[in-house]
Amino acid sequence: MAKIIRKDVLTPQIKLMVVDVPGVARKAKPGQFVVLRFYEEGERLPLTIADYDPAAGTVTIIFQEVGKSTRQLGELEAGDDILDFVGPLGKEIEEKQFGHVVCVGGGVGIAPVYPKARALKMLGNRVTSIIGARSADLLFWEREMQEVSDTLHVTTDDGTYGEKGFVTQVLERVIKAEKPDLVVAVGPIMMMKMVSLLTRKYAVPTLVSLNPVMVDGTGMCGCCRVTVNGERKFTCVDGPVFDGHLVDYDELLTRSRSYLEEEKRALESWLMKKAQEEIARA
Amino acid sequence: MPKERLTGRPKMPQRPVKQRITDFDEVPTGLEDWAAVGEARRCLQCKKPPCMKGCPVDIDIPGFVALIAEERFDEAILKMKEKNSLPAICGRVCPQEEQCERECVLGKKGEPIAVGYLERFIADYEREKGIKAPVVPPPNGHQVAVIGAGPAGLTCAGDLARLGYRVTIFEALHSPGGVLVYGIPEFRLPKAIVAQEVNYVKSLGVNLEVNAVVGQTMTIDDLEEERYEAFFIGTGAGLPYFMNLPGENLNGVYSANEFLTRSNLMKAYLFPRYDTPIKIGRRVAVIGGGNVAMDSARTALRLGAEEVCLVYRRTKKEMPARIEEVERAEEEGINCIILTNPVRFTGNANGWVTGIECIQMELGEPDDSGRRRPVPVPGPEFVIPIDTVVVAIGQGPNPVFLKSVANLALNRWGYIETDTETGATNRKGMFAGGDIVTGAATVISAMGAGKQAARSLNRYINDPASFPQWRE
Ligand SMILES: Cc1cc2nc3c(=O)[nH]c(=O)nc-3n(C[C@H](O)[C@H](O)[C@H](O)COP(=O)(O)OP(=O)(O)OC[C@H]3O[C@@H](n4cnc5c(N)ncnc54)[C@H](O)[C@@H]3O)c2cc1C
Ligand SMILES: Cc1cc2nc3c(=O)[nH]c(=O)nc-3n(C[C@H](O)[C@H](O)[C@H](O)COP(=O)(O)OP(=O)(O)OC[C@H]3O[C@@H](n4cnc5c(N)ncnc54)[C@H](O)[C@@H]3O)c2cc1C
Ligand code: SF4
Repeated sequence: MAKIIRKDVLTPQIKLMVVDVPGVARKAKPGQFVVLRFYEEGERLPLTIADYDPAAGTVTIIFQEVGKSTRQLGELEAGDDILDFVGPLGKEIEEKQFGHVVCVGGGVGIAPVYPKARALKMLGNRVTSIIGARSADLLFWEREMQEVSDTLHVTTDDGTYGEKGFVTQVLERVIKAEKPDLVVAVGPIMMMKMVSLLTRKYAVPTLVSLNPVMVDGTGMCGCCRVTVNGERKFTCVDGPVFDGHLVDYDELLTRSRSYLEEEKRALESWLMKKAQEEIARA
Repeated sequence: MPKERLTGRPKMPQRPVKQRITDFDEVPTGLEDWAAVGEARRCLQCKKPPCMKGCPVDIDIPGFVALIAEERFDEAILKMKEKNSLPAICGRVCPQEEQCERECVLGKKGEPIAVGYLERFIADYEREKGIKAPVVPPPNGHQVAVIGAGPAGLTCAGDLARLGYRVTIFEALHSPGGVLVYGIPEFRLPKAIVAQEVNYVKSLGVNLEVNAVVGQTMTIDDLEEERYEAFFIGTGAGLPYFMNLPGENLNGVYSANEFLTRSNLMKAYLFPRYDTPIKIGRRVAVIGGGNVAMDSARTALRLGAEEVCLVYRRTKKEMPARIEEVERAEEEGINCIILTNPVRFTGNANGWVTGIECIQMELGEPDDSGRRRPVPVPGPEFVIPIDTVVVAIGQGPNPVFLKSVANLALNRWGYIETDTETGATNRKGMFAGGDIVTGAATVISAMGAGKQAARSLNRYINDPASFPQWRE
């Protein structure tokens, strides 16, 4: 059991929770993730560790409400308990002095890129960050990212805030102005693919953080397998951070769509049940 | 009580095929009192019982059988539990035909005593009556940690608790039992029974910490700092092997571990009441011939597949699965395609698997395992059209824990190397057993290893000098 001690609504669909898990907080490192299950019938939901505080014994998660599980999680409030909270899982990213590092966060990917930017900054790297969202109301943590970056760029697809366009546009400009020593990108698979294609063109080493369908998160089921450099890797134990130039994104995209129909069914039947409960209450 | 006299070994009553393939309820229903007592009375009560030599945990077989024969069921279960804390599990999944029953003298001329059925009978009898909490000795002041709550870890923890140790089991998943909860399906081993036997172990005073991935959430060094004096490692062989064939990452290709974990641990067969989905096509192929393959095939059938086949590269005679389970699978309509080996998976434009390209095999000379080696027959490849594939060709050691311990000696297959007499590893105070030492084996051999390690660990705590290999 893990108690939620704070909940912030960052945007209507993106929520932040600070959870009391001293055991996980003590070991957490940038790049790692947790798996949670918040009631008996629930699935095992993987989420990146967005922040952690070993002294306070807390871990912060940020998630976007997309399907049933994340929406249901979004309904929990401070004071509620999460049934199972396992972690930290996966490998941490290498923390060292690279020089000039560009951190790219797309959508909810801003959350997991944040601790990496912070760690890299504290190690003395010069950090340029680029964060982007579809529109202004999906953007969060601009100030937080500003605090851990030397330079921050903001984009929105529709131009409702910051620069209009994709993060890759800004990235190309940054690369041309001052070639980075490393790019770290977290976001939708398509975004990570586009970033990797771009940085490969300019030969800039790139790390991405993958989020495939996953079940156990401890290397036992093989569901989160991805092809990296022609080899089979398990994201949960070999990753989730990989060399972006070597990932087979098309396979990852296909595999992550495996359960679209079922996810829709789960969401619909849950919304139906909720509606019925509401009618019964009224 | 016996209303009929038995002339031979009783048949295990089981639910009719038509009914059982529509749900996940247990298939065999267990012996009735009269049949159990009658069977127990066939036992010769041998002076030097050979059956016991076949039992990895040394159960007093003639002893508990005699008590059943006399209808002293309460005493029979006590006798059983002197050696075995998990009888309802063993009575269901142990390969008795290769262990105690193979040695039984009655088996030499006719039919061996149905030791497994009797074990199950007595355990179920107790469960229906409500399991009594055992008497636990006062604490001896020593604290030990067990990593992994599979049969090996649970057995080791139970035995240590009976010796007065303060034992904590650290389990990575949210539910204890290891393969018993994530692998073996409900229709063969109901999870309520696993839970009850786990509760029995807890009632001995064992602490259980779930969601604790040792090597990630904490390390052995952390546990040493928390004053755990010795360790038992029972982390199992949970890493799924793939065949490394083209198309193996297509949608609809599952490892058996994923397929079974979704269905058993996450209860995908109850989707959408449970949130975890599973995809099942009209035609399912399971690759392999062991217990894992049988369980996957029978699960697929119950999940609604119209046709399920097993693709196996040797013949039925070489299948490593229990005969009883192969028979049940065939009764249920599962088709064995033997002497056939996949070479490639084919898919459609959306990335979903559509077929398995195979080649014909024949049996050649025996290999390391003593079984005749399958060799390809020259000839054309042929395609088996399918919508779902389950790859059940074996498992390896999960690396998460192993990588977290510096200089732990492993054997050439990557399993932990131990002293065969004691279960000791090369690291001071650390013992190991079960699938993480032997590779995928059986529930009872894992339990036997847990018992052996408990004895060694007790000796180590009382007399560290008796492990000279660990002297600084
Ligand atoms: C290692 C790892 C780390 C992750 N970290 C985070 C995190 O920090 N924050 C976070 O919000 N999510 C994160 N995810 C993704 C998160 O686990 C999924 O969003 C979640 O499983 C969705 O569950 P659901 O039941 O709510 O939606 P589902 O019912 O599973 O999905 C509903 C719909 O959303 C789409 N969808 C699913 N996942 C995503 C996604 N990641 N991006 C865009 N669309 C998606 C599906 O295709 C589907 O159409 C991570 C995943 C992994 C494997
Ligand atoms: C589908 C299937 C069917 C089978 N059918 C039969 C059968 O009919 N009869 C039979 O005798 N045998 C059968 N077996 C084999 C039998 O189940 C195993 O041999 C036995 O379970 C091994 O026990 P174990 O305790 O060594 O490991 P496991 O049962 O694998 O348990 C290991 C436990 O350790 C945990 N763990 C792993 N790593 C860590 C870590 N780092 N930190 C904390 N915990 C960790 C795992 O989560 C797991 O709970 C079957 C196996 C499978 C997969
Ligand atoms: S060998 Fe057979 S007959 Fe002899 S004691 Fe054991 S079960 Fe009874």
